[in-house]
Amino acid sequence: MCVSCGCGSHDVTISGAHGEHRHHAHGHDHSHVHGDEHHHHGEGAGTDATRTVEIERGILAKNDAYAARNRARLNAGGIVALNLLAGPGAGKTTLLVETLRILGARVPAAVIEGDQQTANDAERIRATGTPAVQINTGKGCHLDAHMVGHALDELPLPPGGLLFIENVGNLVCPAAFDLGEEVRVTLLSVTEGEDKPLKYPDIFQSADLVLLTKTDLLPHLDVDIDAMERNIARINPVAPVLHVSTKTGGIGLAAWLGWLGDIRRRRLDGLAAAAESRAKSLRAAAEALP
Amino acid sequence: MHEMALCESLLDSLREAAREHGFTRVTKVRLAVGAFAGVEVEALRFGFDVVMRGSLADGAELDILGEPGTAWCFDCGTTVELADRLAPCPGCGGERLRANGGTDMRIRNLEVV
Repeated sequence: MCVSCGCGSHDVTISGAHGEHRHHAHGHDHSHVHGDEHHHHGEGAGTDATRTVEIERGILAKNDAYAARNRARLNAGGIVALNLLAGPGAGKTTLLVETLRILGARVPAAVIEGDQQTANDAERIRATGTPAVQINTGKGCHLDAHMVGHALDELPLPPGGLLFIENVGNLVCPAAFDLGEEVRVTLLSVTEGEDKPLKYPDIFQSADLVLLTKTDLLPHLDVDIDAMERNIARINPVAPVLHVSTKTGGIGLAAWLGWLGDIRRRRLDGLAAAAESRAKSLRAAAEALP
Repeated sequence: MHEMALCESLLDSLREAAREHGFTRVTKVRLAVGAFAGVEVEALRFGFDVVMRGSLADGAELDILGEPGTAWCFDCGTTVELADRLAPCPGCGGERLRANGGTDMRIRNLEVV
């Protein structure tokens, strides 16, 4: 059983940052002991007085609490986290590998990879020299904040670093789960067709940036890229849309890296300003003492 | 199919509420589900029956109250109610809208023993 939160199921596995085997007990299984749950079977339903209990809370309250904890931890460490969302095969890992290769040693980075099975993606990331933790969700169709919290335990997270969280390839479910990230980036490859944003709106609605990937293929496709962009704007009129490809020498990568740099700078400036103002108030408090 | 995960999260909330409010059995769960919550109600019902089996809410009735979806219209600068996520603004006919309400789901209340 996990000591930090008492979870205990074997459906989810999380690797170490360098691929060490871990079998992290995890998840929300039904093996918890809850003494109150097994007494009532066979009782006459009519004999007990029912009452109504008002509890206004989100169904995902538990996930959101873990997400808040992750966010606080990332903020305290000066880490800027991105949640990368897309269907399977949109090119998330390929873009990430290329991004990490360009960033090189200039910006410290770490990666959390989410897939149902295999450590292939984490291995591809580690080949760039970047530490990566692989989460295998088993039957799970998305990452949740609880899994990400455990993955954070495994990663070196240097201040000012970028944390890329590559979600499970899925255009539906990951949208509902806050992981504690600073920004969401949704990828859509141009081969997927122009109406995907209309068919799967949630994943586009919550995006801070949409990347249209594999744009080197456009000359070979019938896809109407303007219609694709219009459909994204229909769901999310404020998210910028960038065209990228990692082939033919790279297309649009400078704009993507520029966006990334702006996000990181803005976040770190914000955290630094908050730290300065806290330092100021602590000094003022110290001065006030006799 | 994240509806299963939602149901597991719901069960966690029920257990927590049972400790807080001192009940041992749940006979009815009333949820408010927004029109834009991204939840398939039938899948949620199926997941509910499966996940609650053997728990304090085994056999509980699931009552789902729909909540309207709303969106911010960037053209007229107001929040408007939308019947359909892809519908234009009922006020100005604009198509630059972003959902801002009816996007989540909450437990409203429970009937408990």
